[in-house]
Amino acid sequence: MTSAPTAAARSAPPVPAGEPRRNPLGSLLRTRELGIVLALVALVGYTAAGNPRFLSGQSIRDILLNTAILAVMATGQAVVVITRNIDLSVGSVLGVSAWTVASLMSDHQGLPMVVAILVGVLVGAACGLLNGILVRYGKVPALVVTLGTLYIFRGLTYSWAGGKQVNADKLPRHFLQFANDSILGIPWLVLIALVVVGGVSLVMRNYRVGRELYAMGSSPQAAELAGISVARNLLGAFIASGALAGLAGVLFAARFGTVDASAGTGYELNVVAAVVVGGVAVFGGSGTVWGAGLGALLLTVIGSALAVLDINQFWQQAIVGALIVLAIGADRLVAVRIARSLRKRDSHV
Amino acid sequence: MAGETALLEVRDVTKSFGAVAAVQGVSFPLYAGEAHALVGENGAGKSTIVKMLAGVYEPDTGSLRVNGADVVFHHPADAKAAGIAVIYQEPTLFPDLSVAENIAMGNQPLTRLRQIDRKAMNANAAALFARLGVQIDPARPARGLSIADQQLVEIAKALSSEARVLIMDEPTAALSGVEVDRLFAVVRALRDEGAAIMFISHRFEEITALCERVTIMRDGRHVATELVADLSVDDMIRRMVGRDLSALFPKQDAEVGEVVLQVEGLGRAGVFRDISFQVRAGEIVALAGLVGSGRSEVMQAVFGVDPYDTGSVLVRGKPLAKRSPRAAMAAGMALVPEDRRQQGLIMELSIERNVTLPRSRALARLGLLFGSAERTAAATWTQQLQTKFSRLSDPVGTLSGGNQQKVVLAKWLATDPKLLIVDEPTRGIDVGTKAEVHRLMSSLAARGLAVVMVSSELPEVLGMADRVVVLREGRVAAQLTRAEATEETVMYAAMGQQVAI
Repeated sequence: MTSAPTAAARSAPPVPAGEPRRNPLGSLLRTRELGIVLALVALVGYTAAGNPRFLSGQSIRDILLNTAILAVMATGQAVVVITRNIDLSVGSVLGVSAWTVASLMSDHQGLPMVVAILVGVLVGAACGLLNGILVRYGKVPALVVTLGTLYIFRGLTYSWAGGKQVNADKLPRHFLQFANDSILGIPWLVLIALVVVGGVSLVMRNYRVGRELYAMGSSPQAAELAGISVARNLLGAFIASGALAGLAGVLFAARFGTVDASAGTGYELNVVAAVVVGGVAVFGGSGTVWGAGLGALLLTVIGSALAVLDINQFWQQAIVGALIVLAIGADRLVAVRIARSLRKRDSHV
Repeated sequence: MAGETALLEVRDVTKSFGAVAAVQGVSFPLYAGEAHALVGENGAGKSTIVKMLAGVYEPDTGSLRVNGADVVFHHPADAKAAGIAVIYQEPTLFPDLSVAENIAMGNQPLTRLRQIDRKAMNANAAALFARLGVQIDPARPARGLSIADQQLVEIAKALSSEARVLIMDEPTAALSGVEVDRLFAVVRALRDEGAAIMFISHRFEEITALCERVTIMRDGRHVATELVADLSVDDMIRRMVGRDLSALFPKQDAEVGEVVLQVEGLGRAGVFRDISFQVRAGEIVALAGLVGSGRSEVMQAVFGVDPYDTGSVLVRGKPLAKRSPRAAMAAGMALVPEDRRQQGLIMELSIERNVTLPRSRALARLGLLFGSAERTAAATWTQQLQTKFSRLSDPVGTLSGGNQQKVVLAKWLATDPKLLIVDEPTRGIDVGTKAEVHRLMSSLAARGLAVVMVSSELPEVLGMADRVVVLREGRVAAQLTRAEATEETVMYAAMGQQVAI
């Protein structure tokens, strides 16, 4: 820092904002999403070289359709993780929502798709609200709360479904058709995922509430002191995660046609993996929603590529695991570098 | 100034935490265009006042007034809306967000679509920095900023919210001389524009340089509010510490023996440096100083919990390995940490388990630990220390604070140490038990144990210590004998004034 005479500087005209100086840290953080894109390009390139059919219209369509549900859930999860929380109940919320909507549609064949989506979103939002209330007012870590609600929501779905399942032939035609219909050549599912990822990214980046969510994850204590409505925002984040998992449940039912109480079991881990691989820091405060969307795409592409390359599917889990470790390793590396550059003043044990 | 309505008034405010009254019946006004100092010892209640003004705590009784009207702050946002900005001792920035975002948080400039106008936001931040005469890139993340720069960002934050009242809790603690000068120039300019400044500092030269009036607090009570010009530094110190040194410090005279601990030129970058002192058998040496002066850090480095860069530690003439609490324990050292709940005890375990924990290896037979051996060992020491409990198998968490402290002491005394380091031995302990702990330390020294006591409580330091090592900003400011040590000399040294004996 240079010293400048302050009294004189007070009357000086403000410095024009101009081009903000580049700083190495900012661009380093920006490279996280770039890294995913590069990994995607390399993977697609390599796979397509071995089997050109990988780039056929049908193959791409399948990949995008498979990504859509994961990306919608990863969007909500990213919002929650950015606030330094986690929502492990999303798989079960998908299950509740899918079962609710499937039984509703099989009983009332005439209901339009909009109603199905609305019901799914509302069921999910209610689950999210419960999570948020328990985390905020029960003062229990989100990891524990949502692990509990993971089992609660799943258990409720099982007891409600009672071992039955809703088959495709019981569901109305327009409901199933929705998963295959396109508008301007883009499947509805993909369009919904794009709108969700894009819209939430925009809110997180450019709106006050979004920046407050980042602030809460960056320093919870400072967020309270800064007068941010932490309770409201936290509930909002969990409701968003729940609502999007609920939406994913509707998409799941429409896409697969057959729904039983086990729908979405274990999805929460894929979702968290997508978010972490997508560059959202597990300790909150940094990362982007569209990065999480890219993470979902990358995980899906890996799954398809392994099938195309005729590599044992079991490798898929190992590769996803390695990616998670890599992503977290990158986080640590950045953190250590920063810590080194900043002399730690009070490192109490 | 009299007759004018105070911009902010604290009226007969009380705040308790459990049974501890942190602030009792404190009143003072803050006028527009004045810089007002708030001084007091550690624990006098200054920070509690700050947190009430910031809307973090609500007063139990009494009220706050802004422009003559009663206000109630339920939330920090309320205080902010009333035009009160607080700069805390530890900056409260969001490390992942840009500097400009940190400044604008909560009132970012918006475009017509209610999106954040980043360009305007960065321009505002740049304008504020120009006004402050500093160069910080508004677009860089707050992470990695120096403490001084963080402090400046906090001030820019206060400026941007157009606060009428600026409260600064020890803003200069981490700043260099030039940085302090610049900060003061900014603060004076704000004051001249009609803002009210509340300034908390332990440095009297800063108080006399900046402030017109001073409010002195002691033990949570208001002592005086006076013009700074009417008070000498001596007067201020006397009123800050001036309480009766209630006896109850049963200091026994002990035969002073060989040097047990010798610390030579110990230093750790950015924390402390050039620390040298000795402790002899039978002696109690107190490490005094203000919070943040590096007392606990020095002793943690000596014991090997924290690293150090330069210097050496000798125990009975033999050099002690760095960063090895195990070696320190083997050399006969014992550390009773400051925070007994976190560092000293395992609350869920039984009393006997806790007492025998550091010796579980020595007590074990063929690698197995038998309950009977633990019980006998634990019973011996808890009896000696007159610990009150119903059964040795009760969890430690069920005991009172004083008895917990005795269990910590028992735990370490059972290892038969030659040197006992106690960090804040009586914090949060009632008066009666306090005296017992003191009596115990004194009798241990009389039996030839060397004792190092880190303490923030002046009466305890003066009552117990044979010698006082005063630290200030990570350096030894003075070494005083029992005869030389008085409240004034210790406080003078701790605050960086000349020691006039």
